[in-house]
Amino acid sequence: MPLRTTRREFLRAATAGMAAIVAVRPAAATPAAMQDAIGAVVGTARVTKGRVKLELPPLSENGNAVPLTVSVESAMTPAEHVRAIHVFTEKNPQPDVVSVRLGPRAGRARVSTRIRLADTQTVVAIAELSDGSFWSAEAAVVVTLAACLEET
Amino acid sequence: MAETLISVPPRARRGEIVEIKTLISHPMETGYRRSQLGARIPRDIIRLFVCTYNGAEVFRAALHPAIAANPFITFSTVATETGTLTFHWTGDNGFSVKETAEIRVE
Repeated sequence: MPLRTTRREFLRAATAGMAAIVAVRPAAATPAAMQDAIGAVVGTARVTKGRVKLELPPLSENGNAVPLTVSVESAMTPAEHVRAIHVFTEKNPQPDVVSVRLGPRAGRARVSTRIRLADTQTVVAIAELSDGSFWSAEAAVVVTLAACLEET
Repeated sequence: MAETLISVPPRARRGEIVEIKTLISHPMETGYRRSQLGARIPRDIIRLFVCTYNGAEVFRAALHPAIAANPFITFSTVATETGTLTFHWTGDNGFSVKETAEIRVE
């Protein structure tokens, strides 16, 4: 008897296979892990998009040192300033990147550093303002050489 | 001893926002890498960087393994008075480095 697969059978098998792939938890942080990490910082507060500017190169050749700058629109006065800036990644082994605390004495809310990116992914920056509100920005980065996981 | 490179303008007008750049030599070993023999290389990172201006904290950063080796951090502060900026990096395995820079405010 020739082996014939109906369209219905094929689709059923394909769906089962896909479910199996999804069920295997990857070693890296997932967007869900990032959401958990963000939740740990913001609690139940609402995060609004805007006011934050996240500067990252859209294409990075080397994931071991990717320049990152976060700036937030704020007067930085004692009455109204940025209290903290947090950066998270989606697919690094761990979602946290850096958490910065600043205040009116910073003068302007702008921080730069260099980060590692293990994969092509989205980076999220969240700013905590003195009035208790949270603002965010995100940027997608294509990484051609991932931050290495082996000894060099 | 870790080498540091700090850029603080030596002179500033009162109320001026000055940019501070810091760099410290450190491998920032993530703890996720394995050696060629398959053994996990233990984590060794700088976890905290604090900048104080005449004793008052003006900036603090909690670092995670996703910070690149030789952490480079740029931030700013308002030049309020002549004095000393102290930079303190602390991390795994008892890592602790303190550096200072003078600023003259006119």
